[in-house]
Amino acid sequence: MTKRVLVIEDEPNIVEAISFILSRDGWAVATHSDGETAVQAVLDAVPDALILDVMLPGRSGYDILHDLRAHDLTRRLPVLMLTARGQRTDREQAERLGVNRFMTKPFSNAEVVDTLNELVPG
Amino acid sequence: MTQSRLTGSRIRERRLFLGHKQSALAKAVGISAAYLNLIEHNRRRAGSGLLDDLARELKTDPRSLSEGAEVALLGALREAGQRLPEVTPELHRSEDFAGRFPGWSALVAAQHQRIRDLEHLVEALSDRLTHDPELAASLHEVISAVTAIRSTVGILSGGGEVDAEWQSRFMRNMRDEGRRLSSAAQGLVEYLDAGADQDMAPVVPGEELAAYLDRRDHHLSELEGLNAADAQEIAATIAALISQVGSLQTAAAKDVARRQFQQYVEDAVAMPLPAFQAARKDVTGDPSRLAAHFAQPLPSVMRRLAFVPPDAEAPPVGLVSCDGSGTLILRKALPGFAVPRFGAACPYWPLYQALSRPGHPLRAVVEMPGPTPRRFLCQAVCLPREALRFDVPPVFEAMMLIEPVDDAQAHGADGPVLPVGSSCRVCPRSDCAARREASLLSANPA
Repeated sequence: MTKRVLVIEDEPNIVEAISFILSRDGWAVATHSDGETAVQAVLDAVPDALILDVMLPGRSGYDILHDLRAHDLTRRLPVLMLTARGQRTDREQAERLGVNRFMTKPFSNAEVVDTLNELVPG
Repeated sequence: MTQSRLTGSRIRERRLFLGHKQSALAKAVGISAAYLNLIEHNRRRAGSGLLDDLARELKTDPRSLSEGAEVALLGALREAGQRLPEVTPELHRSEDFAGRFPGWSALVAAQHQRIRDLEHLVEALSDRLTHDPELAASLHEVISAVTAIRSTVGILSGGGEVDAEWQSRFMRNMRDEGRRLSSAAQGLVEYLDAGADQDMAPVVPGEELAAYLDRRDHHLSELEGLNAADAQEIAATIAALISQVGSLQTAAAKDVARRQFQQYVEDAVAMPLPAFQAARKDVTGDPSRLAAHFAQPLPSVMRRLAFVPPDAEAPPVGLVSCDGSGTLILRKALPGFAVPRFGAACPYWPLYQALSRPGHPLRAVVEMPGPTPRRFLCQAVCLPREALRFDVPPVFEAMMLIEPVDDAQAHGADGPVLPVGSSCRVCPRSDCAARREASLLSANPA
């Protein structure tokens, strides 16, 4: 069965690159770019995994993650968070909110694919 | 003569540049067009005599055909190939790759160079992230573009099928991101050069002067050693200095500078440089002892400590001052202790505690946030700026001296280490009772 991932990221060329590498690896990829409507987008079609940017228009990735962890449908949804800032405090904040993996930009393609496959085996 | 695998490509490139037909060139050097075709596609080597003949017909030096610029290109490709540990391109076939796909290989090399340059730029600027939200936003733009380019280059150079339509799309993306990077990098350079560029000079009077003082590291040797009794000489020296400072363009900026330079001269006269540096070595760590030694008020000593040149025994110190409204007047930052260029600073700075306790010197060790939090000894005092009068309220000015400290020194200080920041907009501390506004660096500030 095809694994589904939702990419919430507002940089179109990053979205395109991530979508390509994940599609090539067999994932069904959906994308969303707006922070304000992101939680609803996840709830409308809960994926097997979520890639979540931190700095999004309208709402930060941290706030989105906070809301997702409060919802029964997404409490255990595997989330890989991407950020341009890799400070210890950023990582700690993401971990407090229940992120599964935290990755600093610029990332490598293989790292993204391997991490998702680790989060959603098989 | 040693030939590389790209000799044929350069022969072909030179021939096409001159507009010669392959058959005509082949005939001129006495070989068949088919054989020249093989040479031009790097499938046959040209002997040294033939290479000389080809060079003669192509009006160039044989060495430029045999060596060219591919050494640098191959070096760049090798570096690009080693950049991503998880991708293992066939490094031993770099020359093949460069020969068969010169455009692609040049693109990979150029992108590698661009990414490397931008990584260096980002690293060099990382310390300044806490200075200015605008700069933080610009750097985010750079990092986003670098991320898109790195990921796209990884797809194009990492093996695996990429059909023509996707290749075209990724090429377009890289072109767009390259332009975006150029624009973002140019904006950053202009920002950083603003103090040296008249067109970009700050428009606020204090900013014009601050930019100049930062370039001089706040030490003005022209104003040292003047004769206190010769007011005319002092005025002339200050006027000459102001006229030399290109960034002081407005009358308001010159007026601000004149007052600060006058203050500098008064401090220098009261505490001449050689005597001050000698006394500083004997009386370390406590500006009040220097104040007693020279019979000068603490703020004068603090300015002198911050404005004399540092040496091995007296490392650089920072200084900030503010008036009763909290507006920063003097700003001399230190690495790791960012002083906001615009807007208000952190209300937990001892500078502001001193403002609420005029006449009581305060001392505290503070910790600035960051990947490696750094600690500083801050000594602050607030005193009336002018002589006290009965007819007008006093105007107070607080001043704070900032010195880097190590952990051992921090443990010896009065009270606990105080967590502070630069300004709310760029402070990641989310559990801060003094927060005025949301941080760009933290998601759910109070």
